Amino acid sequence: MKSKTFAQAIDMALAQAMADDPNIIILGEDVQMLRVNLFSRFGRDRVRNTPISESAFVGAAVTAAMAGLKPVVEVMLVDFIGVAMDAILNHAAKVNSFSGGKWQVPLVIRAACGGGYGDGGQHQQSLWGWLAHIPGIMVVVPSNPADAGGLMLTALEHAGPVIYLEHKLLADYWLDYMGIGDRKTVTFDVPPNGARGPVPDKLSPVPPGKAAVRQKGSDISLVGVGVGVHRCLQAAGSLKTKGVAAEVIDLRSVSPLDIKAICESAEKTGRVLVVDEDYREFGLSGECAAVIMEAGIRAKYARVCTNDTIPYSRDLEEKTLPNTERIISAALSLMS
Amino acid sequence: MQPDLWELYSLMYKSRLFEQAVKKLWNDGKISGEMHLAIGEEAVAAGIVSHLKEGDAMALDHRGTPQMLMRGVDPVSLLCELLGKPEGLCGGMGGHMHLFSEQHLAASSGIVGSSGPAAVGFALAAQHLRPGAVAVAFFGEGAMNQGMMMESMNLAATWKLPVLFVCKDSKIAITTVSSSVTSGSLFNRAKSFNIPAKEIDGTDVEMIWLAAHKAIDEARRGEGPSFLLAHCSRPEGHFLGDPLIRITKNPLKEMKDMAPALLKSILKPKGAAVRERTESLSSVTSILGQTTKAQFFNFNDPLDMTRKELKSDKNRLEQLEEKIEQEIKQIVINALNGNTDNKKAVT
Repeated sequence: MKSKTFAQAIDMALAQAMADDPNIIILGEDVQMLRVNLFSRFGRDRVRNTPISESAFVGAAVTAAMAGLKPVVEVMLVDFIGVAMDAILNHAAKVNSFSGGKWQVPLVIRAACGGGYGDGGQHQQSLWGWLAHIPGIMVVVPSNPADAGGLMLTALEHAGPVIYLEHKLLADYWLDYMGIGDRKTVTFDVPPNGARGPVPDKLSPVPPGKAAVRQKGSDISLVGVGVGVHRCLQAAGSLKTKGVAAEVIDLRSVSPLDIKAICESAEKTGRVLVVDEDYREFGLSGECAAVIMEAGIRAKYARVCTNDTIPYSRDLEEKTLPNTERIISAALSLMS
Repeated sequence: MQPDLWELYSLMYKSRLFEQAVKKLWNDGKISGEMHLAIGEEAVAAGIVSHLKEGDAMALDHRGTPQMLMRGVDPVSLLCELLGKPEGLCGGMGGHMHLFSEQHLAASSGIVGSSGPAAVGFALAAQHLRPGAVAVAFFGEGAMNQGMMMESMNLAATWKLPVLFVCKDSKIAITTVSSSVTSGSLFNRAKSFNIPAKEIDGTDVEMIWLAAHKAIDEARRGEGPSFLLAHCSRPEGHFLGDPLIRITKNPLKEMKDMAPALLKSILKPKGAAVRERTESLSSVTSILGQTTKAQFFNFNDPLDMTRKELKSDKNRLEQLEEKIEQEIKQIVINALNGNTDNKKAVT
């Protein structure tokens, strides 16, 4: 175990996998600079810069994967995935079904996601619920360095298409590019244990669809992914001083969803609060409620999500994204 | 018709000082997120926007502050928007990449290439509702490889829409040298849609004004779209704090973090052959060294060129510059105070 940054752990996982499997290639905008360590070791054929042509290179990555390669295709920010949506929605996600389960698309789509640094609503979305809505796609959202590495290996080992989302408050280089820009005059609410943490010397994959209980508790279940997990842990600390024992569940993957972990916790505490940086309606938070109801569990339920387009202004953004105060207040309402 | 160089210089100088003020406010931490300045592109903006009138539309990219300013958007509310204030043009909801002014039919987007379809739609509405009006799309050369940009050109040409496609060619898209990911010439690409195209020095505001005059005039008369390929550089990089510029300006400091991991990775067993690894390394150093220097430091300033022509009337030039400097100072003060009502005092 060594302490590594979130970004170093992803690089490490990719290096480990690329050394073992020559069919793994990286392609995307600026990847020769963004992944300079991998570029210098694996060369230009395996780390390919693309033009700003998402619909073409994501679409091409789908069939490259069908024909034997294992592409890790980068679209920079998940917001930009809109341009390539047809390749994902109508192709990557469908090929396995259309072929009667006979043809696989072992593709990883990697993108930065999330807000909290004042960059506006076209660069700070989460979108994991929107993407996970499509059958046939795995969507993973790590919350710490060990999982960032582990889930990248999970994604690379998975037989089908995976969307791998790294939050910009956790991946230091993204925050540096997009938020800090070499300034000492700006501050961000970066979860320290998410941005840096212990990483095993040799990474192994996280089982797909397996949540992690980050803190045990018996009064209320706080469920989230990515940065949301850290906001939950922080809220759980405050709730403890008010005599409330919160359980914190890190889903780690949005699809497949660890229904068992959600239901077990819901059954135990009888109160579920979903914290989701993605949009509130028709997404992960509603899905969590649905699986609990489908299991016939009686639990009180609430959610703290992003309800609207993310504002540019830091003040407005702070109120829009789930924050610890909103989580505490929603948790206390569920307790009363 | 000939351009009024005084007017154009005034637009460019005001935009330059405005963006320099933005740079300072960003450095002071008063503006959040990324900041894509258009310093170096002022001649393209001024030479084109100065032709626009009521009913004309602008589709802008992530670098559209000068166009908004030159089109007549209240500068205090524009700066308030960048500062994320409720008094801002969009109430602090948009920021510099998402500037909108319905009054000016001006819309921006941070999605590369999206100004193509946006301009086509504005032009379609013009064809129906405002005959004689035009729409301008501003974008970088990186956007020319987006499918939607090429689709937009085809649509505009097929429907003879009044669109002026303006490509600001800086030769580099973030850290990717555009020629390394672009086949053929952009000029010929536009021509292949039967769109009249002109390649132009993007620092020569007079030439840009003349080219735009012809293209916009034709569009107003229903003769369809045109394409302008304007070469210009952006010395501030892709955005403020651009890592390429940081490394080039301060290699020892920046490489201290980068070099050990790079060295370790390049020496690892399993991977590409030594020759390929060396090639990767030299490609990285080339981007960091020569390319970056050429792109950012050999800056051909569009303001200098015009200023030289106006220097013969030194007094008038000094007075004009002094007036604009005072104006910008007042805009910054008013914006920091959220004082948009005071705009009358500064115009």
